[in-house]
Amino acid sequence: MMEIDIKELEKKFQLKIDKDIRIEPNDWMPDAYRKTLIRQISQHAHSEVVGMLPEGNWITRAPNLRRKAVLLAKVQDEAGHGLYLYSAAETLGADREQTIDDLHSGKAKYSSIFNYPTLSWADMGAVGWLVDGAAIMNQVPLCRCSYGPYARAMVRVCKEESFHQRQGFEIMTKLASGTSAQKEMAQDAFNRFWWPALMMFGPSDADSSHTEQSMRWKIKRHTNDELRQMFVDATVPQAELIGLTIPDQDLKWNTVKEGYDYGAINWDEFWQVVGGNGPCNKERVDARRKAKEDGKWVVEAAMAFAQKRSAKKSA
Amino acid sequence: MEKSKEWPLWEVFIRSKQGLNHKHVGSLRASDATMAIKNARDVYTRRSEGISIWVVPSNNITASDPNNEDSLFEPAQSKVYRHPTFYDVPDGISHM
Repeated sequence: MMEIDIKELEKKFQLKIDKDIRIEPNDWMPDAYRKTLIRQISQHAHSEVVGMLPEGNWITRAPNLRRKAVLLAKVQDEAGHGLYLYSAAETLGADREQTIDDLHSGKAKYSSIFNYPTLSWADMGAVGWLVDGAAIMNQVPLCRCSYGPYARAMVRVCKEESFHQRQGFEIMTKLASGTSAQKEMAQDAFNRFWWPALMMFGPSDADSSHTEQSMRWKIKRHTNDELRQMFVDATVPQAELIGLTIPDQDLKWNTVKEGYDYGAINWDEFWQVVGGNGPCNKERVDARRKAKEDGKWVVEAAMAFAQKRSAKKSA
Repeated sequence: MEKSKEWPLWEVFIRSKQGLNHKHVGSLRASDATMAIKNARDVYTRRSEGISIWVVPSNNITASDPNNEDSLFEPAQSKVYRHPTFYDVPDGISHM
């Protein structure tokens, strides 16, 4: 295609975006828009799938049948979310197996929060409340993302996600009002997950390489720092209500901005974990790789069975 | 894994309740139609979203080309007389 044509198409494309007209799979789109979306959606899908691991860790040790049923349902939801997202990436021409292999080779990233271990039952509370809470903060604006299939997947995900946060908060509420040992366990989980949860929104705006273009394309509707602020403002009163202490000495209400000022985030830790040096990076990717390798014969057997049956039918 | 062995893609349509039409909800991969229905049940109807499922191999769907959108749909735009609001109804007539 001639360069002048592409310029014209890009102009038309941006005009559509500016008018809030959704982009659908077969519509023309700039290569960079497609690439950005494939990267973001597949990372998002990987996060859902890897996110099953820290919680799966506690299914067999849930304290009672109700908690176990709830946790199972939540983990099953995450698998579903992964599927919606892989499907959305496929509408852009991404090869699903290739995106999964990119996760396994370390080329593709996933949310760094899942590289932290879940050490106690209270961590199930902290993960549901904080991690799913932060995810919701991120995902609600994505329901209005300019790319139709991604936005529609997000609508479905958000509907399901709100029970995830509530069940986590319920676990924390219960522990925080229990024996002193239980309360201590809740506070410990909160202490360990608070800062990594804040890091989930990604680098601060000044250091975020993709934000500006993604905002122009309406893939993103808020900057990382805006979302992080919304999360802090929503979560602090919830912690106070159940009697947990925010592990941040610099946290204080700012009457001018009508929001909380919070302490400095340890970005060095963030980049270390993103770079593969978190406490569980290797364990997580190994688990995913093993799942694919161990399941390979099932995938092949099912396909062979289907082919045999369809051959019989047509014979 | 060899390309040819990958499970095919299916489009999923769900009827949410009796009296409504099936609506496209998404897609999934499955080795055959039976598995596609089972997976669709697990993935798309976990919260009573449906009472009936259709699955269609994605490569059996023929779609209109968005580049022809204008020529394909324009004739409808210019025929306003197809809408009841095009016609004047005299005062005094309440329902027509």
